[in-house]
Amino acid sequence: MNKYNPFEKILIYFGIFVFMTFILLPFIEMFYASLRPLDHLFRSPYQFYSDDLSFWAYREMWNTVPMLGRYIFNSFFLASCVAILTLIFVIPAAYAYARFKFPAKNTSLYVLLAINMFSGAVILIPLYKLLRTLGLLNSYQSMIIPGVAFLIPTAIWLLKSYFEKIPIDLEEAAFVDGASRVQILRHIIAPLSTPGLVVVGIYAFIGAYAQQFLFAITFNQKKEYMPIPTGLYEFIGYQSVKWNEMMAAALVGMLPVLLLFVFLQKYIVEGLTAGAVKN
Amino acid sequence: MNQKLKSYTAQTYIAYALIAPAALYIILIVAWPLLETIRLSFTNSSLAGEDYVGLENYQKMFSSKKFNGIVTRTFVWMFFSVSLKLIIGLIGAVLLNANLKGRSIFRVLVMPPWVVPIAIGMLGWLWLYNGYFGIIAGVGMRTGILDGPFGFLAYKQSAFISTIIADVWVGTPMVTVFFLAAMQGVPRDLYEAAYCDGASRWDRFFKITLPQITPVIITMSLLSAIWTFNSFEIIWILTEGGPRGSTTTLIIDTYKQALGNYKFGRGAARAVVVMILLMLFAGFYLALLARINKKISHE
Repeated sequence: MNKYNPFEKILIYFGIFVFMTFILLPFIEMFYASLRPLDHLFRSPYQFYSDDLSFWAYREMWNTVPMLGRYIFNSFFLASCVAILTLIFVIPAAYAYARFKFPAKNTSLYVLLAINMFSGAVILIPLYKLLRTLGLLNSYQSMIIPGVAFLIPTAIWLLKSYFEKIPIDLEEAAFVDGASRVQILRHIIAPLSTPGLVVVGIYAFIGAYAQQFLFAITFNQKKEYMPIPTGLYEFIGYQSVKWNEMMAAALVGMLPVLLLFVFLQKYIVEGLTAGAVKN
Repeated sequence: MNQKLKSYTAQTYIAYALIAPAALYIILIVAWPLLETIRLSFTNSSLAGEDYVGLENYQKMFSSKKFNGIVTRTFVWMFFSVSLKLIIGLIGAVLLNANLKGRSIFRVLVMPPWVVPIAIGMLGWLWLYNGYFGIIAGVGMRTGILDGPFGFLAYKQSAFISTIIADVWVGTPMVTVFFLAAMQGVPRDLYEAAYCDGASRWDRFFKITLPQITPVIITMSLLSAIWTFNSFEIIWILTEGGPRGSTTTLIIDTYKQALGNYKFGRGAARAVVVMILLMLFAGFYLALLARINKKISHE
Protein backbone atom coordinates (compact mmCIF):
# COMPACT_ATOMS: atom_id res chain seq x y z
CA MET A 1 0.00 0.00 0.00
CA ASN A 2 1.29 3.44 -0.79
CA LYS A 3 2.31 5.75 2.02
CA TYR A 4 0.89 9.20 2.57
CA ASN A 5 3.05 12.04 1.34
CA PRO A 6 3.76 14.88 3.81
CA PHE A 7 1.10 17.10 2.29
CA GLU A 8 -1.58 14.42 2.65
CA LYS A 9 -0.45 13.75 6.20
CA ILE A 10 -0.84 17.40 7.17
CA LEU A 11 -4.25 17.51 5.51
CA ILE A 12 -5.50 14.42 7.36
CA TYR A 13 -4.17 15.59 10.72
CA PHE A 14 -5.76 18.97 10.16
CA GLY A 15 -9.06 17.24 9.38
CA ILE A 16 -8.77 15.12 12.52
CA PHE A 17 -8.02 18.27 14.52
CA VAL A 18 -11.17 20.03 13.28
CA PHE A 19 -13.30 16.92 13.82
CA MET A 20 -11.94 16.35 17.31
CA THR A 21 -12.44 19.99 18.22
CA PHE A 22 -16.14 19.64 17.48
CA ILE A 23 -16.38 16.44 19.54
CA LEU A 24 -14.27 17.52 22.49
CA LEU A 25 -14.84 21.29 22.73
CA PRO A 26 -17.78 21.01 25.17
CA PHE A 27 -15.71 18.82 27.50
CA ILE A 28 -12.63 21.01 27.30
CA GLU A 29 -14.71 24.12 27.90
CA MET A 30 -16.50 22.45 30.81
CA PHE A 31 -13.19 21.51 32.39
CA TYR A 32 -11.67 24.93 31.80
CA ALA A 33 -14.75 26.66 33.24
CA SER A 34 -14.64 24.42 36.31
CA LEU A 35 -11.12 25.64 37.06
CA ARG A 36 -11.83 29.36 36.70
CA PRO A 37 -13.13 31.74 39.37
CA LEU A 38 -16.70 32.88 38.86
CA ASP A 39 -15.83 36.54 38.26
CA HIS A 40 -13.56 35.50 35.39
CA LEU A 41 -16.41 33.56 33.84
CA PHE A 42 -18.81 36.45 34.14
CA ARG A 43 -16.95 38.73 31.77
CA SER A 44 -18.35 39.62 28.41
CA PRO A 45 -17.00 39.14 25.85
CA TYR A 46 -15.48 35.81 26.74
CA GLN A 47 -11.97 35.95 28.23
CA PHE A 48 -9.72 33.24 26.88
CA TYR A 49 -7.12 33.59 29.58
CA SER A 50 -7.38 33.15 33.33
CA ASP A 51 -4.33 33.34 35.59
CA ASP A 52 -6.19 32.14 38.66
CA LEU A 53 -6.95 28.48 37.93
CA SER A 54 -7.77 26.19 40.85
CA PHE A 55 -9.80 23.18 41.89
CA TRP A 56 -11.72 25.35 44.32
CA ALA A 57 -15.06 24.67 42.59
CA TYR A 58 -14.61 20.94 43.16
CA ARG A 59 -14.62 21.57 46.91
CA GLU A 60 -17.24 24.30 47.01
CA MET A 61 -19.85 22.45 44.93
CA TRP A 62 -20.64 20.10 47.83
CA ASN A 63 -21.66 23.13 49.93
CA THR A 64 -23.67 24.84 47.21
CA VAL A 65 -25.75 21.74 46.53
CA PRO A 66 -25.62 19.79 49.78
CA MET A 67 -27.43 16.81 48.24
CA LEU A 68 -24.85 16.36 45.49
CA GLY A 69 -23.29 13.31 47.10
CA ARG A 70 -26.71 11.78 47.48
CA TYR A 71 -27.50 12.38 43.78
CA ILE A 72 -24.30 10.66 42.72
CA PHE A 73 -25.07 7.75 45.03
CA ASN A 74 -28.62 7.59 43.60
CA SER A 75 -27.28 7.42 40.06
CA PHE A 76 -24.96 4.57 40.98
CA PHE A 77 -27.64 2.79 42.90
CA LEU A 78 -30.25 3.13 40.15
CA ALA A 79 -27.86 2.10 37.41
CA SER A 80 -26.64 -0.92 39.42
CA CYS A 81 -30.19 -2.10 40.17
CA VAL A 82 -31.18 -1.70 36.54
CA ALA A 83 -28.08 -3.55 35.33
CA ILE A 84 -28.56 -6.44 37.74
CA LEU A 85 -32.27 -6.80 37.00
CA THR A 86 -31.59 -6.61 33.28
CA LEU A 87 -29.07 -9.44 33.57
CA ILE A 88 -31.51 -11.56 35.58
CA PHE A 89 -34.14 -11.26 32.87
CA VAL A 90 -31.76 -11.49 29.96
CA ILE A 91 -29.50 -14.43 30.85
CA PRO A 92 -32.12 -17.19 30.45
CA ALA A 93 -33.67 -15.54 27.41
CA ALA A 94 -30.34 -15.03 25.64
CA TYR A 95 -29.38 -18.62 26.40
CA ALA A 96 -32.61 -19.87 24.87
CA TYR A 97 -32.03 -17.80 21.73
CA ALA A 98 -28.46 -19.03 21.43
CA ARG A 99 -29.13 -22.73 21.98
CA PHE A 100 -32.65 -23.74 21.06
CA LYS A 101 -34.73 -23.88 17.96
CA PHE A 102 -38.34 -22.97 18.47
CA PRO A 103 -41.28 -21.50 16.57
CA ALA A 104 -41.28 -17.69 16.18
CA LYS A 105 -37.62 -17.46 17.18
CA ASN A 106 -36.54 -15.06 14.44
CA THR A 107 -39.76 -13.09 14.48
CA SER A 108 -39.49 -12.46 18.19
CA LEU A 109 -35.85 -11.40 17.80
CA TYR A 110 -36.94 -8.82 15.25
CA VAL A 111 -39.75 -7.68 17.52
CA LEU A 112 -37.10 -7.04 20.17
CA LEU A 113 -35.20 -4.88 17.70
CA ALA A 114 -38.36 -2.98 16.91
CA ILE A 115 -39.04 -2.32 20.60
CA ASN A 116 -35.65 -0.67 20.78
CA MET A 117 -36.94 1.96 18.42
CA PHE A 118 -39.68 3.25 20.64
CA SER A 119 -38.52 5.95 22.93
CA GLY A 120 -39.81 5.99 26.47
CA ALA A 121 -41.65 9.21 25.65
CA VAL A 122 -44.36 7.35 23.70
CA ILE A 123 -45.51 5.22 26.61
CA LEU A 124 -45.05 7.69 29.46
CA ILE A 125 -48.77 8.25 29.98
CA PRO A 126 -49.81 4.66 30.74
CA LEU A 127 -46.62 4.13 32.71
CA TYR A 128 -47.36 7.23 34.76
CA LYS A 129 -50.85 5.98 35.49
CA LEU A 130 -49.61 2.46 36.22
CA LEU A 131 -46.96 3.69 38.65
CA ARG A 132 -49.49 6.01 40.27
CA THR A 133 -51.96 3.16 40.76
CA LEU A 134 -49.24 0.99 42.26
CA GLY A 135 -48.21 3.87 44.52
CA LEU A 136 -44.72 3.81 43.06
CA LEU A 137 -44.44 7.41 41.88
CA ASN A 138 -41.62 9.29 43.59
CA SER A 139 -39.59 6.23 44.43
CA TYR A 140 -36.50 4.44 43.16
CA GLN A 141 -38.74 1.81 41.57
CA SER A 142 -40.42 4.41 39.36
CA MET A 143 -37.10 4.90 37.59
CA ILE A 144 -35.83 1.31 37.75
CA ILE A 145 -38.91 -0.44 36.32
CA PRO A 146 -39.10 1.40 32.98
CA GLY A 147 -35.31 1.54 32.78
CA VAL A 148 -34.96 -2.24 32.70
CA ALA A 149 -37.57 -2.64 29.96
CA PHE A 150 -35.65 -0.49 27.51
CA LEU A 151 -32.35 -2.28 28.07
CA ILE A 152 -33.62 -5.85 27.75
CA PRO A 153 -33.79 -5.96 23.91
CA THR A 154 -30.22 -4.91 23.15
CA ALA A 155 -28.89 -6.89 26.10
CA ILE A 156 -30.52 -10.07 24.73
CA TRP A 157 -28.94 -9.52 21.32
CA LEU A 158 -25.52 -8.84 22.82
CA LEU A 159 -25.54 -11.75 25.24
CA LYS A 160 -26.93 -14.14 22.65
CA SER A 161 -23.87 -13.55 20.50
CA TYR A 162 -21.59 -14.29 23.47
CA PHE A 163 -23.40 -17.52 24.26
CA GLU A 164 -23.18 -18.57 20.63
CA LYS A 165 -19.40 -18.42 20.85
CA ILE A 166 -19.32 -21.14 23.52
CA PRO A 167 -18.77 -24.43 21.66
CA ILE A 168 -21.85 -26.60 21.89
CA ASP A 169 -19.70 -29.75 21.93
CA LEU A 170 -18.69 -29.02 25.51
CA GLU A 171 -22.29 -29.08 26.62
CA GLU A 172 -23.08 -32.20 24.68
CA ALA A 173 -20.11 -34.02 26.14
CA ALA A 174 -21.20 -33.12 29.65
CA PHE A 175 -24.75 -34.16 28.84
CA VAL A 176 -23.59 -37.54 27.59
CA ASP A 177 -21.61 -37.91 30.82
CA GLY A 178 -24.88 -37.56 32.70
CA ALA A 179 -24.72 -33.95 33.80
CA SER A 180 -28.04 -32.22 34.32
CA ARG A 181 -29.04 -28.96 32.64
CA VAL A 182 -28.47 -27.09 35.85
CA GLN A 183 -25.04 -28.61 36.29
CA ILE A 184 -24.13 -27.74 32.72
CA LEU A 185 -25.25 -24.19 33.31
CA ARG A 186 -23.27 -23.87 36.53
CA HIS A 187 -20.07 -25.63 35.59
CA ILE A 188 -19.73 -24.95 31.88
CA ILE A 189 -21.82 -22.07 30.66
CA ALA A 190 -21.42 -19.75 33.65
CA PRO A 191 -17.62 -19.72 33.86
CA LEU A 192 -17.16 -19.53 30.09
CA SER A 193 -19.63 -16.72 29.65
CA THR A 194 -18.36 -14.53 32.49
CA PRO A 195 -16.54 -12.09 30.18
CA GLY A 196 -19.69 -11.71 28.10
CA LEU A 197 -21.83 -11.21 31.20
CA VAL A 198 -19.47 -8.54 32.46
CA VAL A 199 -19.58 -6.67 29.16
CA VAL A 200 -23.37 -6.86 28.92
CA GLY A 201 -23.70 -5.86 32.57
CA ILE A 202 -21.51 -2.82 32.02
CA TYR A 203 -23.38 -1.96 28.84
CA ALA A 204 -26.60 -2.04 30.90
CA PHE A 205 -25.01 0.05 33.63
CA ILE A 206 -23.86 2.74 31.20
CA GLY A 207 -27.21 2.66 29.42
CA ALA A 208 -29.09 2.92 32.71
CA TYR A 209 -26.87 5.76 33.89
CA ALA A 210 -27.50 7.63 30.64
CA GLN A 211 -31.27 7.15 30.44
CA GLN A 212 -32.10 8.41 33.92
CA PHE A 213 -33.22 11.88 32.91
CA LEU A 214 -36.58 11.30 31.21
CA PHE A 215 -37.94 8.84 33.78
CA ALA A 216 -36.56 10.92 36.63
CA ILE A 217 -38.20 14.18 35.59
CA THR A 218 -41.48 12.42 34.84
CA PHE A 219 -41.93 9.92 37.65
CA ASN A 220 -39.98 11.37 40.53
CA GLN A 221 -40.31 14.71 42.29
CA LYS A 222 -38.52 13.72 45.47
CA LYS A 223 -35.05 15.15 45.94
CA GLU A 224 -33.78 12.23 47.94
CA TYR A 225 -34.25 9.85 44.99
CA MET A 226 -32.97 12.17 42.25
CA PRO A 227 -30.13 10.90 40.06
CA ILE A 228 -27.27 13.20 39.15
CA PRO A 229 -28.46 14.18 35.61
CA THR A 230 -31.51 15.91 37.13
CA GLY A 231 -29.84 16.86 40.41
CA LEU A 232 -27.30 18.97 38.53
CA TYR A 233 -30.03 21.35 37.47
CA GLU A 234 -30.23 22.56 41.05
CA PHE A 235 -27.21 24.72 40.32
CA ILE A 236 -29.42 26.69 37.92
CA GLY A 237 -31.95 27.45 40.65
CA TYR A 238 -29.72 30.04 42.26
CA GLN A 239 -29.89 33.76 41.48
CA SER A 240 -26.78 33.62 39.37
CA VAL A 241 -25.74 30.25 38.03
CA LYS A 242 -22.50 29.08 39.58
CA TRP A 243 -21.19 27.80 36.27
CA ASN A 244 -17.80 26.73 37.55
CA GLU A 245 -19.27 24.55 40.27
CA MET A 246 -21.97 23.19 38.00
CA MET A 247 -19.34 22.20 35.41
CA ALA A 248 -17.19 20.61 38.11
CA ALA A 249 -20.16 18.59 39.36
CA ALA A 250 -21.10 17.65 35.78
CA LEU A 251 -17.61 16.31 35.12
CA VAL A 252 -17.60 14.37 38.37
CA GLY A 253 -21.04 13.01 37.44
CA MET A 254 -19.94 11.76 34.04
CA LEU A 255 -16.58 10.38 35.16
CA PRO A 256 -17.75 6.90 36.25
CA VAL A 257 -19.34 6.02 32.90
CA LEU A 258 -16.49 7.56 30.99
CA LEU A 259 -13.89 5.50 32.85
CA LEU A 260 -15.88 2.28 32.53
CA PHE A 261 -16.30 2.91 28.85
CA VAL A 262 -12.67 3.75 28.14
CA PHE A 263 -11.52 0.49 29.74
CA LEU A 264 -14.11 -1.65 28.02
CA GLN A 265 -14.82 0.26 24.83
CA LYS A 266 -13.18 -2.37 22.65
CA TYR A 267 -15.53 -5.15 23.77
CA ILE A 268 -18.67 -3.05 23.83
CA VAL A 269 -18.07 -1.54 20.41
CA GLU A 270 -17.21 -4.95 18.97
CA GLY A 271 -20.41 -6.42 20.36
CA LEU A 272 -22.64 -3.60 19.16
CA THR A 273 -21.16 -3.19 15.69
CA ALA A 274 -20.93 -6.92 15.01
CA GLY A 275 -24.69 -7.17 14.49
CA ALA A 276 -24.91 -4.24 12.13
CA VAL A 277 -21.73 -4.76 10.19
CA LYS A 278 -21.19 -8.46 9.78
CA ASN A 279 -24.69 -9.69 10.55
CA MET B 1 -28.85 -28.60 18.16
CA ASN B 2 -28.13 -32.26 18.67
CA GLN B 3 -31.16 -34.52 18.38
CA LYS B 4 -29.90 -36.74 21.19
CA LEU B 5 -30.14 -33.92 23.70
CA LYS B 6 -33.86 -33.29 23.75
CA SER B 7 -36.75 -33.79 21.46
CA TYR B 8 -37.91 -30.79 19.46
CA THR B 9 -41.07 -30.09 21.46
CA ALA B 10 -39.38 -30.38 24.84
CA GLN B 11 -36.83 -27.90 23.56
CA THR B 12 -39.60 -25.54 22.63
CA TYR B 13 -41.07 -25.64 26.11
CA ILE B 14 -37.71 -25.07 27.77
CA ALA B 15 -36.95 -22.19 25.41
CA TYR B 16 -40.31 -20.54 26.06
CA ALA B 17 -39.90 -20.97 29.81
CA LEU B 18 -36.50 -19.33 29.66
CA ILE B 19 -37.76 -16.44 27.58
CA ALA B 20 -40.99 -15.97 29.52
CA PRO B 21 -39.71 -13.63 32.27
CA ALA B 22 -38.15 -11.19 29.81
CA ALA B 23 -41.14 -11.45 27.47
CA LEU B 24 -43.69 -10.84 30.24
CA TYR B 25 -41.69 -7.89 31.50
CA ILE B 26 -41.65 -6.29 28.06
CA ILE B 27 -45.33 -7.03 27.53
CA LEU B 28 -46.24 -5.36 30.83
CA ILE B 29 -43.92 -2.33 30.61
CA VAL B 30 -43.80 -1.69 26.86
CA ALA B 31 -46.46 -3.57 24.88
CA TRP B 32 -49.42 -2.98 27.20
CA PRO B 33 -48.63 0.75 27.57
CA LEU B 34 -48.48 1.05 23.78
CA LEU B 35 -51.98 -0.42 23.47
CA GLU B 36 -53.22 1.59 26.43
CA THR B 37 -51.93 4.75 24.76
CA ILE B 38 -54.07 3.97 21.74
CA ARG B 39 -57.14 3.49 23.95
CA LEU B 40 -56.46 6.68 25.89
CA SER B 41 -56.24 8.66 22.67
CA PHE B 42 -60.01 8.15 22.27
CA THR B 43 -60.74 9.54 25.73
CA ASN B 44 -60.44 12.88 27.50
CA SER B 45 -58.38 11.24 30.23
CA SER B 46 -56.82 13.53 32.81
CA LEU B 47 -55.98 13.28 36.49
CA ALA B 48 -59.70 13.80 37.19
CA GLY B 49 -60.90 10.76 35.24
CA GLU B 50 -61.82 9.83 31.71
CA ASP B 51 -64.70 9.65 29.27
CA TYR B 52 -64.86 8.21 25.80
CA VAL B 53 -64.78 11.05 23.27
CA GLY B 54 -64.29 9.20 19.99
CA LEU B 55 -62.13 10.94 17.46
CA GLU B 56 -62.31 14.36 19.09
CA ASN B 57 -58.63 14.45 20.10
CA TYR B 58 -57.59 13.54 16.58
CA GLN B 59 -59.96 16.01 14.93
CA LYS B 60 -58.71 18.84 17.11
CA MET B 61 -55.13 17.85 16.57
CA PHE B 62 -55.21 17.57 12.80
CA SER B 63 -57.28 20.70 12.32
CA SER B 64 -54.91 22.82 14.37
CA LYS B 65 -52.40 24.76 12.34
CA LYS B 66 -49.96 24.53 15.18
CA PHE B 67 -49.86 20.76 15.06
CA ASN B 68 -49.27 20.69 11.31
CA GLY B 69 -46.43 23.14 11.83
CA ILE B 70 -44.96 20.84 14.45
CA VAL B 71 -45.01 17.86 12.10
CA THR B 72 -43.28 19.82 9.34
CA ARG B 73 -40.75 21.22 11.79
CA THR B 74 -39.99 17.75 13.13
CA PHE B 75 -39.10 16.50 9.67
CA VAL B 76 -37.02 19.55 8.76
CA TRP B 77 -35.15 19.28 12.05
CA MET B 78 -34.63 15.58 11.50
CA PHE B 79 -33.49 16.00 7.90
CA PHE B 80 -30.72 18.43 8.79
CA SER B 81 -29.65 16.56 11.88
CA VAL B 82 -29.48 13.14 10.22
CA SER B 83 -27.73 14.43 7.09
CA LEU B 84 -25.11 16.22 9.15
CA LYS B 85 -24.54 13.17 11.34
CA LEU B 86 -24.01 10.97 8.29
CA ILE B 87 -21.76 13.42 6.44
CA ILE B 88 -19.63 14.34 9.44
CA GLY B 89 -19.60 10.72 10.58
CA LEU B 90 -18.40 9.52 7.17
CA ILE B 91 -15.67 12.17 6.98
CA GLY B 92 -14.64 11.37 10.55
CA ALA B 93 -14.50 7.64 9.79
CA VAL B 94 -12.36 8.23 6.69
CA LEU B 95 -9.96 10.40 8.69
CA LEU B 96 -9.70 7.94 11.56
CA ASN B 97 -9.28 5.05 9.13
CA ALA B 98 -6.10 6.61 7.71
CA ASN B 99 -3.08 4.59 8.73
CA LEU B 100 -1.36 7.31 10.74
CA LYS B 101 0.15 7.57 14.19
CA GLY B 102 -2.27 8.18 17.04
CA ARG B 103 -5.38 6.88 15.32
CA SER B 104 -6.16 4.35 18.04
CA ILE B 105 -6.22 7.18 20.59
CA PHE B 106 -8.46 9.32 18.39
CA ARG B 107 -10.83 6.40 17.96
CA VAL B 108 -11.39 6.35 21.72
CA LEU B 109 -11.56 10.13 21.94
CA VAL B 110 -14.53 10.30 19.52
CA MET B 111 -16.77 8.38 21.83
CA PRO B 112 -17.43 10.55 24.90
CA PRO B 113 -20.49 12.39 23.54
CA TRP B 114 -22.07 9.00 22.86
CA VAL B 115 -21.49 7.51 26.34
CA VAL B 116 -21.91 10.49 28.62
CA PRO B 117 -25.49 11.02 29.85
CA ILE B 118 -27.08 13.45 27.40
CA ALA B 119 -28.49 15.56 30.21
CA ILE B 120 -24.99 16.15 31.55
CA GLY B 121 -23.43 16.83 28.15
CA MET B 122 -26.12 19.42 27.45
CA LEU B 123 -24.96 21.43 30.47
CA GLY B 124 -21.73 21.98 28.55
CA TRP B 125 -23.70 23.16 25.52
CA LEU B 126 -25.79 25.51 27.66
CA TRP B 127 -22.54 27.13 28.73
CA LEU B 128 -21.13 27.23 25.17
CA TYR B 129 -24.32 28.82 23.86
CA ASN B 130 -24.50 31.41 26.67
CA GLY B 131 -25.07 34.76 24.99
CA TYR B 132 -22.95 36.91 27.30
CA PHE B 133 -20.23 34.66 28.65
CA GLY B 134 -20.09 31.68 26.29
CA ILE B 135 -17.12 30.96 24.08
CA ILE B 136 -19.11 30.93 20.82
CA ALA B 137 -20.62 34.36 21.42
CA GLY B 138 -17.19 35.48 22.64
CA VAL B 139 -15.43 34.43 19.45
CA GLY B 140 -18.24 36.04 17.46
CA MET B 141 -17.91 39.33 19.31
CA ARG B 142 -14.13 39.42 19.14
CA THR B 143 -14.02 38.71 15.43
CA GLY B 144 -16.75 41.25 14.81
CA ILE B 145 -19.25 38.73 13.42
CA LEU B 146 -21.57 39.59 16.32
CA ASP B 147 -21.90 43.22 17.38
CA GLY B 148 -22.90 42.35 20.93
CA PRO B 149 -24.02 39.52 23.20
CA PHE B 150 -26.15 36.98 21.38
CA GLY B 151 -28.23 34.32 23.09
CA PHE B 152 -28.15 31.42 20.65
CA LEU B 153 -31.09 29.73 22.33
CA ALA B 154 -33.17 32.89 22.64
CA TYR B 155 -34.11 33.46 18.99
CA LYS B 156 -36.24 31.25 16.80
CA GLN B 157 -33.84 30.47 13.99
CA SER B 158 -30.65 30.32 16.01
CA ALA B 159 -32.31 28.07 18.59
CA PHE B 160 -33.44 25.75 15.80
CA ILE B 161 -29.90 25.52 14.42
CA SER B 162 -28.29 25.31 17.86
CA THR B 163 -30.41 22.33 18.92
CA ILE B 164 -29.56 20.59 15.64
CA ILE B 165 -25.84 21.10 16.24
CA ALA B 166 -26.08 19.72 19.78
CA ASP B 167 -28.03 16.72 18.45
CA VAL B 168 -25.41 16.14 15.76
CA TRP B 169 -22.74 16.26 18.46
CA VAL B 170 -24.51 13.51 20.41
CA GLY B 171 -25.22 11.33 17.37
CA THR B 172 -22.05 11.61 15.29
CA PRO B 173 -19.73 9.41 17.41
CA MET B 174 -21.89 6.34 17.01
CA VAL B 175 -22.20 6.85 13.25
CA THR B 176 -18.44 7.32 13.02
CA VAL B 177 -17.73 4.16 15.00
CA PHE B 178 -20.08 2.06 12.87
CA PHE B 179 -18.71 3.43 9.59
CA LEU B 180 -15.18 2.82 10.83
CA ALA B 181 -16.03 -0.77 11.76
CA ALA B 182 -17.52 -1.27 8.29
CA MET B 183 -14.46 0.21 6.57
CA GLN B 184 -12.20 -2.15 8.46
CA GLY B 185 -14.33 -5.05 7.36
CA VAL B 186 -13.63 -4.36 3.68
CA PRO B 187 -11.28 -7.12 2.41
CA ARG B 188 -7.75 -5.79 2.06
CA ASP B 189 -7.00 -7.68 -1.15
CA LEU B 190 -9.58 -5.51 -2.95
CA TYR B 191 -7.43 -2.48 -2.17
CA GLU B 192 -4.20 -4.25 -3.02
CA ALA B 193 -5.53 -5.35 -6.39
CA ALA B 194 -6.77 -1.84 -7.13
CA TYR B 195 -3.45 -0.39 -6.04
CA CYS B 196 -1.59 -2.68 -8.42
CA ASP B 197 -3.91 -1.55 -11.20
CA GLY B 198 -2.83 2.01 -10.44
CA ALA B 199 -6.09 3.27 -8.93
CA SER B 200 -5.67 6.52 -7.00
CA ARG B 201 -6.65 6.91 -3.36
CA TRP B 202 -9.70 8.82 -4.50
CA ASP B 203 -10.73 6.05 -6.93
CA ARG B 204 -10.24 3.41 -4.28
CA PHE B 205 -12.54 5.29 -1.92
CA PHE B 206 -15.35 5.81 -4.42
CA LYS B 207 -15.07 2.48 -6.25
CA ILE B 208 -14.25 0.14 -3.36
CA THR B 209 -14.86 1.61 0.09
CA LEU B 210 -18.11 3.40 -0.60
CA PRO B 211 -19.91 0.56 -2.42
CA GLN B 212 -18.66 -1.94 0.16
CA ILE B 213 -20.01 0.00 3.11
CA THR B 214 -23.27 1.07 1.46
CA PRO B 215 -25.39 -1.43 3.44
CA VAL B 216 -24.05 0.00 6.69
CA ILE B 217 -24.63 3.56 5.46
CA ILE B 218 -28.25 2.73 4.68
CA THR B 219 -28.77 0.95 8.00
CA MET B 220 -27.24 3.80 9.92
CA SER B 221 -29.33 6.39 8.05
CA LEU B 222 -32.48 4.65 9.15
CA LEU B 223 -31.31 4.03 12.68
CA SER B 224 -30.20 7.58 13.18
CA ALA B 225 -33.44 8.84 11.65
CA ILE B 226 -35.29 6.84 14.29
CA TRP B 227 -33.11 8.07 17.14
CA THR B 228 -33.21 11.64 15.95
CA PHE B 229 -36.97 11.47 15.70
CA ASN B 230 -37.02 10.24 19.30
CA SER B 231 -34.63 12.90 20.50
CA PHE B 232 -36.16 14.44 23.60
CA GLU B 233 -33.60 15.40 26.21
CA ILE B 234 -31.46 17.63 24.01
CA ILE B 235 -34.27 19.97 23.02
CA TRP B 236 -35.97 19.77 26.40
CA ILE B 237 -32.85 20.85 28.25
CA LEU B 238 -31.66 23.49 25.81
CA THR B 239 -34.97 25.21 24.99
CA GLU B 240 -37.96 23.22 26.30
CA GLY B 241 -39.29 23.55 22.76
CA GLY B 242 -39.07 27.33 22.64
CA PRO B 243 -38.60 30.16 21.97
CA ARG B 244 -42.21 30.52 20.88
CA GLY B 245 -42.42 26.88 19.86
CA SER B 246 -39.60 27.13 17.32
CA THR B 247 -37.93 23.93 18.52
CA THR B 248 -41.07 22.02 19.48
CA THR B 249 -40.89 18.67 17.73
CA LEU B 250 -43.50 15.93 17.90
CA ILE B 251 -41.87 14.25 20.88
CA ILE B 252 -41.60 17.52 22.79
CA ASP B 253 -45.21 18.40 21.98
CA THR B 254 -46.39 14.96 23.09
CA TYR B 255 -44.59 15.33 26.38
CA LYS B 256 -45.85 18.85 26.99
CA GLN B 257 -49.47 17.94 26.29
CA ALA B 258 -49.41 14.80 28.37
CA LEU B 259 -47.24 15.57 31.34
CA GLY B 260 -47.03 19.35 31.28
CA ASN B 261 -50.78 19.86 31.26
CA TYR B 262 -51.84 16.37 32.40
CA LYS B 263 -54.12 16.15 29.36
CA PHE B 264 -53.47 12.46 28.90
CA GLY B 265 -56.02 12.02 26.11
CA ARG B 266 -54.56 14.73 23.89
CA GLY B 267 -51.06 13.62 24.68
CA ALA B 268 -51.99 10.04 23.82
CA ALA B 269 -53.33 11.09 20.41
CA ARG B 270 -49.97 12.68 19.66
CA ALA B 271 -48.15 9.64 20.98
CA VAL B 272 -50.17 7.49 18.56
CA VAL B 273 -48.99 9.65 15.64
CA VAL B 274 -45.40 9.24 16.90
CA MET B 275 -45.97 5.49 17.19
CA ILE B 276 -47.30 5.15 13.66
CA LEU B 277 -44.38 7.07 12.22
CA LEU B 278 -41.93 5.00 14.27
CA MET B 279 -43.57 1.81 13.07
CA LEU B 280 -43.11 2.95 9.49
CA PHE B 281 -39.41 3.58 10.16
CA ALA B 282 -39.07 0.28 12.00
CA GLY B 283 -40.80 -1.54 9.15
CA PHE B 284 -38.37 -0.04 6.64
CA TYR B 285 -35.47 -0.95 8.85
CA LEU B 286 -36.48 -4.55 9.43
CA ALA B 287 -37.35 -5.11 5.76
CA LEU B 288 -33.95 -3.75 4.84
CA LEU B 289 -32.20 -5.90 7.40
CA ALA B 290 -33.98 -8.99 6.13
CA ARG B 291 -32.93 -8.12 2.56
CA ILE B 292 -29.30 -7.59 3.52
CA ASN B 293 -29.27 -10.87 5.47
CA LYS B 294 -30.74 -12.71 2.50
CA LYS B 295 -28.15 -11.23 0.16
CA ILE B 296 -25.34 -12.23 2.48
CA SER B 297 -26.59 -15.78 2.91
CA HIS B 298 -26.86 -16.13 -0.90
CA GLU B 299 -23.26 -15.08 -1.43
